[in-house]
Amino acid sequence: MSAPEGALPTSVARLIEELSKLPGIGPKTASRLTFYLLRAPDEQVNALAEAVRALKLGLVECERCCHIAESSPCAICRDEGREQSVVCVVEDPLDVVAIERTGAYRGLYHVLHGAISPVEGILPQDLRIAQLIARLDREPIREVILATNPSLEGETTATYIVRQIGDRPIRVTRLARGLPMGGDLEYADEMTLIRALEGRSEVQ
Amino acid sequence: MNEHRLRIYRTEGVVLARRDWGEADRLVTLFSPSHGKLRAVAPGARKPQTRKSGHLELFTRGHFVLAKGRTFDKITQAHTEAYYPRLRSDLQGVARAALACELVDRFVPEGDTHPPLYDLLARTLERLDAGEPPDVTMLFYQVRLLALVGFAPNLTTCVLCGQPLMPADHAFSHDEGGVVCMSCATPGLRLRPLPLPALKVLRFLQAAAWPTARRLRLDPFTRRHVTALLHQYTAHVLEREPRSARFLREISAHDR
Repeated sequence: MSAPEGALPTSVARLIEELSKLPGIGPKTASRLTFYLLRAPDEQVNALAEAVRALKLGLVECERCCHIAESSPCAICRDEGREQSVVCVVEDPLDVVAIERTGAYRGLYHVLHGAISPVEGILPQDLRIAQLIARLDREPIREVILATNPSLEGETTATYIVRQIGDRPIRVTRLARGLPMGGDLEYADEMTLIRALEGRSEVQ
Repeated sequence: MNEHRLRIYRTEGVVLARRDWGEADRLVTLFSPSHGKLRAVAPGARKPQTRKSGHLELFTRGHFVLAKGRTFDKITQAHTEAYYPRLRSDLQGVARAALACELVDRFVPEGDTHPPLYDLLARTLERLDAGEPPDVTMLFYQVRLLALVGFAPNLTTCVLCGQPLMPADHAFSHDEGGVVCMSCATPGLRLRPLPLPALKVLRFLQAAAWPTARRLRLDPFTRRHVTALLHQYTAHVLEREPRSARFLREISAHDR
Protein backbone atom coordinates (compact mmCIF):
# COMPACT_ATOMS: atom_id res chain seq x y z
CA MET A 1 0.00 0.00 0.00
CA SER A 2 2.29 2.77 -1.15
CA ALA A 3 0.94 6.31 -1.28
CA PRO A 4 0.05 7.70 -4.73
CA GLU A 5 2.96 9.43 -6.42
CA GLY A 6 3.42 12.95 -5.10
CA ALA A 7 0.96 12.52 -2.22
CA LEU A 8 3.83 12.49 0.29
CA PRO A 9 7.26 14.14 0.25
CA THR A 10 9.95 11.73 -1.01
CA SER A 11 11.75 11.54 2.36
CA VAL A 12 8.55 10.51 4.17
CA ALA A 13 7.60 7.95 1.51
CA ARG A 14 11.14 6.56 1.61
CA LEU A 15 11.14 6.05 5.38
CA ILE A 16 7.71 4.37 5.20
CA GLU A 17 9.03 2.03 2.53
CA GLU A 18 12.20 1.20 4.48
CA LEU A 19 10.33 0.59 7.76
CA SER A 20 7.77 -1.65 6.10
CA LYS A 21 10.60 -3.99 5.07
CA LEU A 22 11.14 -4.86 8.76
CA PRO A 23 9.66 -8.13 10.06
CA GLY A 24 6.22 -7.75 11.64
CA ILE A 25 5.79 -4.20 10.32
CA GLY A 26 3.21 -3.61 7.62
CA PRO A 27 2.64 -0.42 5.61
CA LYS A 28 0.12 0.94 8.14
CA THR A 29 2.46 0.56 11.13
CA ALA A 30 5.33 1.94 9.02
CA SER A 31 3.26 5.05 8.22
CA ARG A 32 2.32 5.49 11.88
CA LEU A 33 5.95 5.20 13.02
CA THR A 34 7.09 7.63 10.31
CA PHE A 35 4.55 10.27 11.33
CA TYR A 36 5.42 9.75 14.99
CA LEU A 37 9.08 10.44 14.16
CA LEU A 38 8.09 13.47 12.11
CA ARG A 39 6.52 14.97 15.22
CA ALA A 40 9.18 13.73 17.69
CA PRO A 41 11.92 16.06 19.02
CA ASP A 42 15.03 16.34 16.84
CA GLU A 43 17.24 14.74 19.52
CA GLN A 44 15.13 11.60 19.58
CA VAL A 45 15.14 11.27 15.79
CA ASN A 46 18.89 11.89 15.63
CA ALA A 47 19.56 9.36 18.38
CA LEU A 48 17.58 6.75 16.45
CA ALA A 49 19.34 7.57 13.19
CA GLU A 50 22.72 7.40 14.90
CA ALA A 51 21.86 4.06 16.57
CA VAL A 52 20.79 2.57 13.23
CA ARG A 53 23.88 3.91 11.49
CA ALA A 54 26.24 2.64 14.20
CA LEU A 55 24.54 -0.77 14.38
CA LYS A 56 26.76 -2.51 11.91
CA LEU A 57 29.86 -0.39 12.33
CA GLY A 58 32.44 -2.11 14.48
CA LEU A 59 30.23 -5.15 15.03
CA VAL A 60 31.94 -8.48 14.46
CA GLU A 61 31.12 -12.12 14.80
CA CYS A 62 33.12 -13.79 17.57
CA GLU A 63 35.66 -16.11 15.96
CA ARG A 64 35.09 -18.66 18.69
CA CYS A 65 31.35 -18.78 19.42
CA CYS A 66 29.94 -16.85 16.40
CA HIS A 67 27.95 -14.55 18.75
CA ILE A 68 27.71 -10.92 17.62
CA ALA A 69 30.16 -8.76 19.55
CA GLU A 70 32.11 -5.53 19.52
CA SER A 71 35.38 -7.41 19.48
CA SER A 72 36.50 -10.96 18.88
CA PRO A 73 36.68 -13.06 21.03
CA CYS A 74 33.47 -11.76 22.63
CA ALA A 75 33.09 -10.80 26.29
CA ILE A 76 31.64 -14.21 27.21
CA CYS A 77 34.47 -16.13 25.51
CA ARG A 78 37.06 -13.84 27.17
CA ASP A 79 35.61 -14.40 30.65
CA GLU A 80 38.00 -16.92 32.24
CA GLY A 81 35.65 -17.35 35.18
CA ARG A 82 33.24 -19.29 32.98
CA GLU A 83 33.35 -23.02 32.69
CA GLN A 84 35.43 -23.71 29.58
CA SER A 85 34.39 -27.33 29.08
CA VAL A 86 30.65 -26.82 28.49
CA VAL A 87 29.16 -25.30 25.34
CA CYS A 88 25.52 -24.38 24.98
CA VAL A 89 24.42 -24.40 21.33
CA VAL A 90 21.66 -21.90 20.48
CA GLU A 91 19.93 -20.80 17.29
CA ASP A 92 20.16 -17.01 17.64
CA PRO A 93 22.02 -14.30 19.57
CA LEU A 94 18.78 -13.46 21.41
CA ASP A 95 18.76 -17.00 22.83
CA VAL A 96 22.10 -16.20 24.52
CA VAL A 97 20.42 -13.19 26.13
CA ALA A 98 17.50 -15.37 27.32
CA ILE A 99 19.79 -17.97 28.92
CA GLU A 100 22.12 -15.34 30.40
CA ARG A 101 19.09 -13.66 32.00
CA THR A 102 18.47 -16.81 34.06
CA GLY A 103 21.92 -16.51 35.68
CA ALA A 104 21.83 -20.31 35.97
CA TYR A 105 24.41 -21.11 33.30
CA ARG A 106 28.12 -20.34 33.55
CA GLY A 107 29.53 -22.13 30.53
CA LEU A 108 30.24 -20.99 26.96
CA TYR A 109 27.96 -20.63 23.93
CA HIS A 110 27.89 -21.38 20.26
CA VAL A 111 25.46 -19.43 18.07
CA LEU A 112 24.28 -21.18 14.89
CA HIS A 113 22.51 -18.15 13.38
CA GLY A 114 19.39 -20.09 12.45
CA ALA A 115 18.08 -23.63 12.27
CA ILE A 116 17.89 -26.22 9.52
CA SER A 117 14.61 -25.72 7.67
CA PRO A 118 13.69 -27.88 4.69
CA VAL A 119 10.66 -25.71 3.96
CA GLU A 120 12.66 -22.47 3.91
CA GLY A 121 15.59 -24.14 2.20
CA ILE A 122 18.03 -23.51 5.07
CA LEU A 123 20.69 -26.21 4.83
CA PRO A 124 23.28 -27.29 7.43
CA GLN A 125 26.01 -25.47 5.50
CA ASP A 126 24.10 -22.18 5.87
CA LEU A 127 24.63 -22.37 9.65
CA ARG A 128 27.73 -22.26 11.90
CA ILE A 129 27.73 -26.04 12.43
CA ALA A 130 31.11 -26.68 10.80
CA GLN A 131 32.61 -24.03 13.12
CA LEU A 132 31.10 -25.85 16.11
CA ILE A 133 32.55 -29.21 15.08
CA ALA A 134 35.98 -27.62 14.45
CA ARG A 135 35.73 -26.06 17.90
CA LEU A 136 35.03 -29.43 19.53
CA ASP A 137 38.22 -30.78 17.98
CA ARG A 138 40.23 -27.75 19.09
CA GLU A 139 39.01 -27.04 22.62
CA PRO A 140 38.79 -29.24 25.73
CA ILE A 141 34.99 -29.47 25.61
CA ARG A 142 33.35 -32.23 27.65
CA GLU A 143 29.69 -31.38 27.24
CA VAL A 144 27.55 -29.90 24.49
CA ILE A 145 24.11 -28.68 25.54
CA LEU A 146 21.76 -28.52 22.56
CA ALA A 147 19.47 -25.57 23.28
CA THR A 148 17.83 -25.25 19.88
CA ASN A 149 14.10 -24.51 19.92
CA PRO A 150 11.68 -27.39 20.62
CA SER A 151 10.27 -27.01 17.09
CA LEU A 152 10.63 -29.19 14.04
CA GLU A 153 13.52 -27.01 12.81
CA GLY A 154 15.22 -27.01 16.21
CA GLU A 155 14.87 -30.77 16.61
CA THR A 156 16.14 -31.39 13.07
CA THR A 157 19.16 -29.19 13.77
CA ALA A 158 19.85 -31.01 17.05
CA THR A 159 19.62 -34.41 15.30
CA TYR A 160 22.01 -33.23 12.61
CA ILE A 161 24.54 -31.91 15.16
CA VAL A 162 24.40 -35.17 17.14
CA ARG A 163 25.22 -37.01 13.93
CA GLN A 164 28.12 -34.65 13.20
CA ILE A 165 29.57 -35.02 16.69
CA GLY A 166 29.56 -38.78 16.08
CA ASP A 167 31.70 -40.81 18.45
CA ARG A 168 33.79 -37.98 19.85
CA PRO A 169 34.12 -38.51 23.63
CA ILE A 170 31.73 -35.65 24.43
CA ARG A 171 28.55 -35.74 26.51
CA VAL A 172 25.69 -34.38 24.43
CA THR A 173 22.59 -33.18 26.28
CA ARG A 174 19.36 -31.52 25.14
CA LEU A 175 17.42 -28.92 27.11
CA ALA A 176 14.50 -30.64 28.85
CA ARG A 177 11.20 -30.32 27.03
CA GLY A 178 7.98 -30.42 28.90
CA LEU A 179 5.34 -28.34 30.58
CA PRO A 180 5.84 -24.61 30.91
CA MET A 181 5.37 -22.73 34.19
CA GLY A 182 1.75 -21.71 34.54
CA GLY A 183 0.79 -24.29 31.92
CA ASP A 184 -2.23 -26.52 31.96
CA LEU A 185 -1.83 -30.30 31.65
CA GLU A 186 -5.21 -30.75 30.06
CA TYR A 187 -4.30 -28.53 27.09
CA ALA A 188 -0.81 -29.92 26.49
CA ASP A 189 -0.24 -31.68 23.19
CA GLU A 190 0.73 -35.35 23.23
CA MET A 191 4.34 -34.78 22.23
CA THR A 192 4.93 -32.28 25.04
CA LEU A 193 3.39 -34.72 27.53
CA ILE A 194 5.50 -37.61 26.23
CA ARG A 195 8.65 -35.46 26.55
CA ALA A 196 7.60 -34.31 30.00
CA LEU A 197 7.12 -37.91 31.12
CA GLU A 198 10.44 -38.98 29.58
CA GLY A 199 12.23 -36.10 31.26
CA ARG A 200 10.58 -36.48 34.69
CA SER A 201 12.94 -36.07 37.61
CA GLU A 202 13.16 -37.09 41.27
CA VAL A 203 11.47 -34.67 43.66
CA GLN A 204 14.29 -33.17 45.75
CA MET B 1 -27.37 -22.52 8.58
CA ASN B 2 -24.45 -22.63 6.12
CA GLU B 3 -21.31 -23.23 8.16
CA HIS B 4 -19.37 -20.69 6.10
CA ARG B 5 -21.66 -17.91 7.30
CA LEU B 6 -20.83 -18.60 10.91
CA ARG B 7 -18.09 -16.58 12.54
CA ILE B 8 -16.64 -19.69 14.13
CA TYR B 9 -15.95 -22.85 12.17
CA ARG B 10 -14.12 -26.08 12.79
CA THR B 11 -12.10 -28.21 10.44
CA GLU B 12 -9.62 -31.02 10.24
CA GLY B 13 -6.31 -30.17 8.61
CA VAL B 14 -2.60 -30.73 8.10
CA VAL B 15 -0.12 -27.96 8.94
CA LEU B 16 1.70 -27.29 5.65
CA ALA B 17 3.76 -24.29 6.68
CA ARG B 18 4.05 -21.72 9.42
CA ARG B 19 6.02 -18.60 10.00
CA ASP B 20 6.48 -16.05 12.73
CA TRP B 21 3.97 -13.25 12.63
CA GLY B 22 3.92 -10.04 14.63
CA GLU B 23 5.27 -9.98 18.18
CA ALA B 24 4.48 -13.53 19.33
CA ASP B 25 1.99 -14.95 16.78
CA ARG B 26 2.33 -17.51 14.04
CA LEU B 27 0.85 -17.46 10.55
CA VAL B 28 -0.11 -21.06 9.82
CA THR B 29 -0.94 -22.57 6.43
CA LEU B 30 -3.47 -25.38 6.87
CA PHE B 31 -4.72 -27.81 4.28
CA SER B 32 -8.25 -28.85 5.13
CA PRO B 33 -10.53 -31.31 3.34
CA SER B 34 -13.52 -29.00 3.76
CA HIS B 35 -11.98 -25.51 3.44
CA GLY B 36 -8.99 -26.21 1.20
CA LYS B 37 -5.72 -24.39 1.75
CA LEU B 38 -6.09 -21.54 4.20
CA ARG B 39 -3.81 -19.25 6.11
CA ALA B 40 -4.73 -18.34 9.65
CA VAL B 41 -3.09 -16.53 12.54
CA ALA B 42 -2.47 -18.35 15.79
CA PRO B 43 -2.29 -15.51 18.34
CA GLY B 44 0.46 -15.88 20.94
CA ALA B 45 1.62 -19.22 19.51
CA ARG B 46 5.28 -18.41 20.12
CA LYS B 47 4.91 -17.82 23.84
CA PRO B 48 6.09 -20.77 25.96
CA GLN B 49 2.88 -20.95 27.96
CA THR B 50 0.67 -21.17 24.89
CA ARG B 51 -1.71 -24.10 24.65
CA LYS B 52 -1.62 -24.20 20.89
CA SER B 53 1.95 -24.25 19.59
CA GLY B 54 2.49 -27.98 20.14
CA HIS B 55 -0.58 -28.67 18.03
CA LEU B 56 0.60 -26.36 15.25
CA GLU B 57 3.92 -27.98 14.44
CA LEU B 58 4.67 -28.69 10.78
CA PHE B 59 3.12 -31.87 9.29
CA THR B 60 0.77 -32.30 12.27
CA ARG B 61 -2.75 -33.46 11.42
CA GLY B 62 -5.36 -32.18 13.80
CA HIS B 63 -8.70 -30.56 14.45
CA PHE B 64 -8.87 -26.79 14.52
CA VAL B 65 -11.42 -24.23 15.54
CA LEU B 66 -11.13 -20.95 13.68
CA ALA B 67 -12.80 -17.57 13.94
CA LYS B 68 -13.36 -15.48 10.83
CA GLY B 69 -11.08 -12.47 10.69
CA ARG B 70 -10.67 -9.51 8.39
CA THR B 71 -7.38 -10.41 6.72
CA PHE B 72 -6.70 -13.82 8.22
CA ASP B 73 -8.90 -16.12 10.25
CA LYS B 74 -7.76 -16.82 13.81
CA ILE B 75 -7.01 -20.27 15.19
CA THR B 76 -8.72 -20.34 18.57
CA GLN B 77 -8.35 -24.03 19.40
CA ALA B 78 -6.14 -26.81 18.11
CA HIS B 79 -5.99 -30.48 18.90
CA THR B 80 -3.52 -32.99 17.45
CA GLU B 81 -4.82 -36.16 15.81
CA ALA B 82 -1.52 -37.43 14.46
CA TYR B 83 1.95 -36.09 15.20
CA TYR B 84 3.96 -38.64 13.17
CA PRO B 85 6.83 -38.91 15.65
CA ARG B 86 8.78 -41.54 13.73
CA LEU B 87 9.16 -39.55 10.57
CA ARG B 88 10.38 -36.60 12.63
CA SER B 89 13.16 -38.60 14.20
CA ASP B 90 15.41 -38.68 11.15
CA LEU B 91 16.47 -36.01 8.69
CA GLN B 92 15.35 -37.84 5.58
CA GLY B 93 11.90 -38.40 7.11
CA VAL B 94 11.62 -34.69 7.85
CA ALA B 95 12.84 -33.83 4.35
CA ARG B 96 10.30 -36.16 2.70
CA ALA B 97 7.40 -34.87 4.80
CA ALA B 98 8.50 -31.30 4.04
CA LEU B 99 8.50 -32.05 0.31
CA ALA B 100 5.05 -33.67 0.50
CA CYS B 101 3.63 -30.60 2.27
CA GLU B 102 5.46 -28.07 0.11
CA LEU B 103 4.11 -29.65 -3.09
CA VAL B 104 0.52 -29.28 -1.84
CA ASP B 105 1.28 -25.72 -0.73
CA ARG B 106 2.66 -24.80 -4.16
CA PHE B 107 0.12 -26.61 -6.33
CA VAL B 108 -3.08 -25.72 -4.49
CA PRO B 109 -4.37 -22.13 -4.61
CA GLU B 110 -5.75 -20.67 -1.40
CA GLY B 111 -9.38 -21.61 -0.76
CA ASP B 112 -9.37 -24.48 -3.26
CA THR B 113 -10.92 -27.58 -1.64
CA HIS B 114 -9.50 -30.87 -2.77
CA PRO B 115 -10.57 -33.80 -0.55
CA PRO B 116 -8.81 -36.56 -2.59
CA LEU B 117 -5.54 -34.62 -2.39
CA TYR B 118 -6.00 -34.14 1.34
CA ASP B 119 -6.53 -37.86 1.70
CA LEU B 120 -3.40 -38.57 -0.36
CA LEU B 121 -1.29 -36.21 1.77
CA ALA B 122 -2.58 -37.59 5.10
CA ARG B 123 -2.01 -41.17 3.96
CA THR B 124 1.48 -40.35 2.70
CA LEU B 125 2.46 -38.87 6.06
CA GLU B 126 1.05 -41.97 7.76
CA ARG B 127 3.00 -44.24 5.43
CA LEU B 128 6.25 -42.36 5.98
CA ASP B 129 5.67 -42.56 9.73
CA ALA B 130 4.76 -46.24 9.63
CA GLY B 131 8.07 -47.14 7.96
CA GLU B 132 6.63 -48.04 4.55
CA PRO B 133 9.32 -48.07 1.82
CA PRO B 134 10.09 -44.31 1.70
CA ASP B 135 11.27 -44.06 -1.92
CA VAL B 136 8.20 -45.85 -3.30
CA THR B 137 5.93 -43.86 -0.95
CA MET B 138 7.29 -40.57 -2.31
CA LEU B 139 7.23 -41.64 -5.97
CA PHE B 140 3.65 -42.88 -5.58
CA TYR B 141 2.74 -39.60 -3.89
CA GLN B 142 4.27 -37.42 -6.57
CA VAL B 143 2.70 -39.35 -9.46
CA ARG B 144 -0.75 -39.30 -7.83
CA LEU B 145 -0.47 -35.65 -6.82
CA LEU B 146 0.40 -34.62 -10.39
CA ALA B 147 -2.69 -36.50 -11.61
CA LEU B 148 -4.96 -34.92 -8.99
CA VAL B 149 -3.83 -31.37 -9.76
CA GLY B 150 -4.22 -31.90 -13.50
CA PHE B 151 -0.61 -32.36 -14.57
CA ALA B 152 -0.48 -36.14 -15.04
CA PRO B 153 2.17 -36.85 -17.67
CA ASN B 154 0.86 -38.67 -20.74
CA LEU B 155 2.48 -42.10 -20.64
CA THR B 156 0.34 -44.07 -23.11
CA THR B 157 0.59 -42.23 -26.43
CA CYS B 158 3.27 -40.05 -28.00
CA VAL B 159 2.50 -36.43 -27.10
CA LEU B 160 3.56 -35.30 -30.59
CA CYS B 161 2.12 -37.85 -33.06
CA GLY B 162 -0.54 -39.40 -30.83
CA GLN B 163 0.46 -42.96 -31.73
CA PRO B 164 0.32 -45.60 -28.96
CA LEU B 165 3.76 -46.21 -27.47
CA MET B 166 5.60 -49.43 -28.36
CA PRO B 167 7.40 -51.27 -25.54
CA ALA B 168 10.80 -49.66 -26.17
CA ASP B 169 13.03 -46.89 -24.90
CA HIS B 170 11.51 -43.45 -25.51
CA ALA B 171 12.07 -39.82 -24.52
CA PHE B 172 10.24 -37.48 -22.17
CA SER B 173 9.30 -33.88 -22.87
CA HIS B 174 8.75 -31.58 -19.87
CA ASP B 175 7.35 -28.92 -22.20
CA GLU B 176 4.74 -31.26 -23.70
CA GLY B 177 4.06 -33.10 -20.43
CA GLY B 178 4.57 -36.65 -21.61
CA VAL B 179 6.39 -39.27 -23.62
CA VAL B 180 7.74 -38.67 -27.11
CA CYS B 181 8.24 -41.74 -29.32
CA MET B 182 11.61 -42.30 -30.96
CA SER B 183 10.33 -41.41 -34.46
CA CYS B 184 9.25 -37.97 -33.20
CA ALA B 185 12.31 -37.44 -31.00
CA THR B 186 14.21 -35.15 -33.34
CA PRO B 187 17.27 -33.19 -32.25
CA GLY B 188 16.38 -29.65 -31.25
CA LEU B 189 13.50 -30.72 -29.00
CA ARG B 190 14.24 -30.45 -25.29
CA LEU B 191 13.96 -34.12 -24.33
CA ARG B 192 15.38 -36.44 -21.70
CA PRO B 193 15.81 -40.16 -22.30
CA LEU B 194 13.16 -42.44 -20.85
CA PRO B 195 14.29 -46.08 -20.70
CA LEU B 196 11.53 -48.68 -20.91
CA PRO B 197 11.86 -49.84 -17.23
CA ALA B 198 11.37 -46.23 -16.04
CA LEU B 199 8.29 -45.82 -18.27
CA LYS B 200 6.85 -49.06 -16.88
CA VAL B 201 7.39 -47.88 -13.30
CA LEU B 202 5.68 -44.55 -13.99
CA ARG B 203 2.70 -46.28 -15.62
CA PHE B 204 2.49 -48.74 -12.75
CA LEU B 205 2.50 -45.89 -10.19
CA GLN B 206 -0.25 -44.10 -12.10
CA ALA B 207 -2.50 -47.16 -12.15
CA ALA B 208 -1.78 -49.40 -9.14
CA ALA B 209 -3.53 -49.12 -5.78
CA TRP B 210 -1.21 -48.60 -2.80
CA PRO B 211 -1.29 -52.20 -1.45
CA THR B 212 0.12 -53.33 -4.81
CA ALA B 213 2.34 -50.29 -5.41
CA ARG B 214 4.10 -50.66 -2.06
CA ARG B 215 5.51 -54.00 -3.17
CA LEU B 216 7.38 -52.34 -6.03
CA ARG B 217 11.09 -53.12 -6.00
CA LEU B 218 13.29 -50.75 -7.95
CA ASP B 219 16.84 -51.27 -9.15
CA PRO B 220 19.02 -48.27 -8.20
CA PHE B 221 19.34 -47.05 -11.80
CA THR B 222 15.58 -46.99 -12.47
CA ARG B 223 14.88 -45.44 -9.05
CA ARG B 224 17.34 -42.62 -9.70
CA HIS B 225 15.94 -42.12 -13.18
CA VAL B 226 12.28 -41.99 -12.13
CA THR B 227 13.05 -39.80 -9.08
CA ALA B 228 15.04 -37.30 -11.18
CA LEU B 229 12.40 -37.22 -13.93
CA LEU B 230 9.57 -36.54 -11.48
CA HIS B 231 11.59 -33.85 -9.66
CA GLN B 232 12.47 -32.10 -12.93
CA TYR B 233 8.94 -32.37 -14.32
CA THR B 234 7.44 -31.03 -11.08
CA ALA B 235 9.94 -28.15 -11.01
CA HIS B 236 9.10 -27.44 -14.67
CA VAL B 237 5.36 -27.27 -13.95
CA LEU B 238 5.88 -25.14 -10.83
CA GLU B 239 8.47 -23.01 -12.65
CA ARG B 240 10.88 -23.47 -9.73
CA GLU B 241 12.41 -26.27 -7.75
CA PRO B 242 10.68 -26.87 -4.40
CA ARG B 243 13.04 -25.86 -1.58
CA SER B 244 12.63 -29.13 0.28
CA ALA B 245 13.52 -31.11 -2.86
CA ARG B 246 16.96 -29.54 -2.74
CA PHE B 247 17.15 -30.25 0.98
CA LEU B 248 16.17 -33.90 0.46
CA ARG B 249 18.79 -34.27 -2.27
CA GLU B 250 21.55 -32.81 -0.08
CA ILE B 251 20.60 -34.90 2.95
CA SER B 252 20.36 -38.09 0.87
CA ALA B 253 23.75 -37.40 -0.73
CA HIS B 254 25.22 -36.86 2.72
CA ASP B 255 23.81 -40.17 3.96
CA ARG B 256 25.16 -42.21 1.08
